[in-house]
Amino acid sequence: MRFLRTKATLATLGLALSLAACGGDGDKDDDVAKNTDFAAGTTMAKIADAGKLKVGTKFDQPGFGLVGLSDEPEGFDVEVAKIIAAELGIDEDQIEWTESPSAVREDLIESGDVDLVVATYTINDERKMRITFAGPYYVAGQQLMVKSDNDTITGPEDIKANPDMKVCSVDGSTPAENIKQYLADPKQLVTFDVYDKCAAALGNGQVDIVTTDNVILLGFASKSDGDFKLVGEQFTEEPYGIGIKKGDVEFCEFINDTLKDHADDYVEAWEDTAGEIEGTQTPELPEADTCA
Amino acid sequence: MDPVFDNLDLFWSGFLQTLGFIAWAAVGSLILGTLIAACRVSPVAPARAFGAAYVTLVRNVPLTVVLFFFAFGIPELGINRSFYFFGICSLIVYTAAFVCEALRSGINSVSAGQAEAARAIGLTFTQSLGQVILPQAFRSTIPPLGSVLIAMVKNSAVVGAFGVSGDLFAVYRGLTGAGGLQAFPVLIGVAVGFLIITIPAGITLAVLERKLAIAR
Repeated sequence: MRFLRTKATLATLGLALSLAACGGDGDKDDDVAKNTDFAAGTTMAKIADAGKLKVGTKFDQPGFGLVGLSDEPEGFDVEVAKIIAAELGIDEDQIEWTESPSAVREDLIESGDVDLVVATYTINDERKMRITFAGPYYVAGQQLMVKSDNDTITGPEDIKANPDMKVCSVDGSTPAENIKQYLADPKQLVTFDVYDKCAAALGNGQVDIVTTDNVILLGFASKSDGDFKLVGEQFTEEPYGIGIKKGDVEFCEFINDTLKDHADDYVEAWEDTAGEIEGTQTPELPEADTCA
Repeated sequence: MDPVFDNLDLFWSGFLQTLGFIAWAAVGSLILGTLIAACRVSPVAPARAFGAAYVTLVRNVPLTVVLFFFAFGIPELGINRSFYFFGICSLIVYTAAFVCEALRSGINSVSAGQAEAARAIGLTFTQSLGQVILPQAFRSTIPPLGSVLIAMVKNSAVVGAFGVSGDLFAVYRGLTGAGGLQAFPVLIGVAVGFLIITIPAGITLAVLERKLAIAR
């Protein structure tokens, strides 16, 4: 009797699981392009033939690319990569995710370890010397986050006026470089390897300000139970691009066209991920740069 | 190697930052390590217990945990100092445990007759340790102490992940991150920076060892 019951439970469980699996994949499968036909020799044809897409993304950026307990990356960057994969005729199970921290993104692209990098990747001229950017697919802006009871800081200009205050950002990031012009003393800048530590340092009073792109800060502010708030306006424009091999204009144009053709998926991708963070606005797909 | 030569000024300032950092940590850990070694061999039981507890605790905890404790635990208690200061503190606390054990091996190598003779002429424990035993112990401990200090120099690369900016490793992250430079040549530059500190340190220690070695 017990045996039977166990068996029945297992069977039900198995059925439930397989149903859940179907539910999860079913609606996405329809989006994957069938009978893709790309000109021979192009990157698109190579990827479609290989049947898998190698994508580099961040694993520690809430809302954009975050690997949680599920072991699969989640976020806006991840969804954008899935839109591109679908257009290449590649199922999302066929995507190979690689963690791509800021310091090695160009190296990963050059070595061919990844086909593309979608990883809160700000387009800038230094990086353009080594790789090509498709997009931008989103324009973020740098902002400041302080403790809720801090009324002294209302914008980046106030940092110079308060030389005893410390600003935290991530070592080697674009925001850390940008904020330098607003400091009275280089010692005001404190850097960690990840933003989590900046938020912790803000919480215990070791630093007074955390600065990076607004969407990342909003993620921390919404998790802080009202301890942190964002102040001032965005004072930079950080266009996020998709990094691919230098000079691959065809692939770049393909990505730009794909994003343009999938406006609905784009909005849906945002609303399911970064859009869930309180205070974010659904973006409009920015005009793509010329591919070069 | 262009990424390195184009940014020599950055490497230089990072090098100086790292050098200043480890100079403080080296002096601090030698002093603290010696004090703890004295505790471990002292005739006072609670001091011995403290020394043994310190070494057991600190030596068996990873450096990153010690750094985490200083950078995020101590401010929680309301003590706010710079991360540079906390970084030096954690390197001192961590390295002192190893200095203590290296030194204790040296103390053990001093023959018992030396300590007995010191006691026989009426020296107190502090006097016999400071004037008879430790000077001999230091001389025979130079090679292991050298290894401990060189390991400390290399450990200092971790400190950059805990709020200290501008050191050699931070230069690496700056150049490869926002700067978009290739990781490999920049890392070679960082490695050379560390070698410039550690190799002369090793040579100095070898010279010291030859000069001070005791013929037994």
